[in-house]
Amino acid sequence: MNLVRKITEQTERTEKDESRIPFIQLFPFVPLSLLLIFLLAFPVKAQDLRWGGDAEGGAPYLLPDPKNPRRIIGFEIDLMDALGKQLKRKSVFVQNQWDGLIPGLQRGSYELAVNGIEITDDRKEQVNFSIPYYVCGEQLSVRATENSINSIADLKGKIVGTLKFSLAHRLLEQAKKDFGGALEIRSYENQNNPYDDLTNGRLQAVLMDWPIAVYYSKPNPKLKFTGPIIGEMQYGIAVRKDDAELLKQVNEALLALIRSGELRAIYDKWGIWNEETEKLFAKLSQTEQKSDALNEFTQTVSAKLTWRERVKRYWGYLPALLFVGAPMTLLISVLGMALAITYGLLLALAQLYAPKPLSWLARAYVELFRGTPLLIQLYLIFYGLPNIGIRLSPIVAAVVGLGMNYAAYEAENYRAGIQAIPRGQMEAALSLGMTRWQSLRHIIVPQAMRLVIPPVTNDFIALFKDSSIVSVITMVELTKVYGQLAATYYDYIGAGILTAAIYFLMGLPFVRLARWAEARLATDKRVVTTSKKRWLSVGAKPA
Amino acid sequence: MDKLISVNNLHKNYGDAAALRGISFEVSVSELTVIIGPSGCGKSTLLRCLNGLELFDSGSVRIGEHELKMNGASQHHLPSHLNAQLRHLREDVGMVFQSFNLFPHLTVLENAVLAPTVVKKVSQQEAEEQARTLLTKVGLKDRMDYYPSQLSGGQQQRAAIARALAMSPKVMLYDEPTSALDPSLVGEVLNIMRQLDDEGMTQVVVTHEMKFARDVADKVLVLSEGELIESDSPDVIFTSPRDERTREFLRRYL
Repeated sequence: MNLVRKITEQTERTEKDESRIPFIQLFPFVPLSLLLIFLLAFPVKAQDLRWGGDAEGGAPYLLPDPKNPRRIIGFEIDLMDALGKQLKRKSVFVQNQWDGLIPGLQRGSYELAVNGIEITDDRKEQVNFSIPYYVCGEQLSVRATENSINSIADLKGKIVGTLKFSLAHRLLEQAKKDFGGALEIRSYENQNNPYDDLTNGRLQAVLMDWPIAVYYSKPNPKLKFTGPIIGEMQYGIAVRKDDAELLKQVNEALLALIRSGELRAIYDKWGIWNEETEKLFAKLSQTEQKSDALNEFTQTVSAKLTWRERVKRYWGYLPALLFVGAPMTLLISVLGMALAITYGLLLALAQLYAPKPLSWLARAYVELFRGTPLLIQLYLIFYGLPNIGIRLSPIVAAVVGLGMNYAAYEAENYRAGIQAIPRGQMEAALSLGMTRWQSLRHIIVPQAMRLVIPPVTNDFIALFKDSSIVSVITMVELTKVYGQLAATYYDYIGAGILTAAIYFLMGLPFVRLARWAEARLATDKRVVTTSKKRWLSVGAKPA
Repeated sequence: MDKLISVNNLHKNYGDAAALRGISFEVSVSELTVIIGPSGCGKSTLLRCLNGLELFDSGSVRIGEHELKMNGASQHHLPSHLNAQLRHLREDVGMVFQSFNLFPHLTVLENAVLAPTVVKKVSQQEAEEQARTLLTKVGLKDRMDYYPSQLSGGQQQRAAIARALAMSPKVMLYDEPTSALDPSLVGEVLNIMRQLDDEGMTQVVVTHEMKFARDVADKVLVLSEGELIESDSPDVIFTSPRDERTREFLRRYL
């Protein structure tokens, strides 16, 4: 047997070598890139225990050390260090965006995913989970002066913030249904923004995982906890389905850490030891002998969907995409563009015709707004302005942000269009006694408008897609709905293609509209279009 | 005779280059004055100074009750009193350009209707009525609803003349009105100008059409290098010019 294997290996190797030689001769840079790949792959040593998490997630899970931001700390770092010690492997943290933690695991970026990932049935379709390492519920926070809210039932008609994709989010969705829609849920990307918005009055309550509330709400004297812990969720370590051996090792190591009290010490250190986890650990310790049963607990059947089920699932995505996401995207885009077009025209006119200081200001505005990222502008408008007393609702902030940003681009379109109009047009208008403003309004701008339809349409399509960025300021639009669906079902491809198709189809009518307007307004081209004959015959009526 | 236009010692420089050097002349009511001279002599600049499309450095221009003195105001951001002055003057002075400068996004009728309604606040109906009359007069009765690009050059220039007339100006200025036209179309434009002359319109024309100047002009001004070298009746200018530069110029153009 051994001999046979050696021989086949050898033949394989020689075959490979032979096939590679002409390749190298053809592309001298191939060996270089192979070296590069080798160097990049080098840090992945077999003995390292690579695990993924999102350091943007925040305290107490994973966060950059406030004293040394290049170092990541958190109770999960401590947990994984202890786990690595048990497994005699070095724990190595790999940064990965939270939404993409499980796809990253499946892609092989790391072996384990650990970052407050709740054990849910949906997720169990995709990955296996270890035994739970922590249990907690949701905590309701309100402003210190607020006394009427003590439970979810009191949230009717209120504006409540939470973290996207969380148990709290699902609880609130349920409550909203129970209230017949009388509850506005704002879902946030990170943990401190909802509490900021609660403090400044944008929200009336925040429902959040208890450990988060302990870190972000409790220390804030303007806020207070209210009511009992709501719901319960268990955090588990996610392992690839085909990694049964690692799962077993992780479970055994976790049990050992629970038994030795090490895990509790970590939670005590971070101040998040709670009754629920205490009960869980007691239960787990009793069954310590039967670790096979524990493995069974986590070993869920990998439920492969049939083709028919898949289609049915995609069909199920449509209502949310079409009736929740798409109308909001459309609304924000159209309003944003309307603002951009009017404001942009003013900016262009100011640049070209206003007295020096004003034209200089307009120029500076354009350079500033097109030279800085839209994302940062949105953050400043939404989270920055409340500091100086301007508190815009998400939709107003989204429209203003997109509109102010795109106005800079539209201003340049108009400027190009206006400057393309021959000077004789302005001279003819002025010599008829019109003021400069009248000449602009009746002669120059209408002609420039025709010229700028194609680039403005272009920008509208771009804005239409850029509107996806406003999900960062709690707007639920098309891309956000996609993110929610994808994160729930771990289906980035199917939902992605569906969403992209909806964007494309929604953009089409505007493209057609622009073409139509272009053809209709192109008066000086009418003479060469097919409608020429009709035109001439209408005009050439006998006098 | 009543002097409708008085130009007094007009100077204009482009940087260091002098474009106009102390030009003075007068135009009486109902006169047709033709300005001739070699290319680059400043005749277009002079004409454009008359309605303030071109600013001048010193001297003055008076047309009717409007008097312009600008003392080197900059082309951009005119002082507002000067701006208002220019606007009032232009209401009384029609201008016709070499390249017509019709508004391409408006029909011929709309071209002639716009300024009276916007500037003089004439009612749409009244302005249209007047525009139709003028367009009929210049022979465009059946082209009123066409766009400029659908017309021949001669038709476009006639439309431009009607557009200027719609403001009921006291003076019409023409800046080489036939230079961009096919030779076969020149006549139809000159005929309109002749007809206006018969009706008593005061006109100042920069042109290279010497035959037109000889037949129709009351007075011919000859410019050379920014100077007015000769000013007289066409008979004198075309048969016995006094200045050698005039003779040289006419030798080449006749």
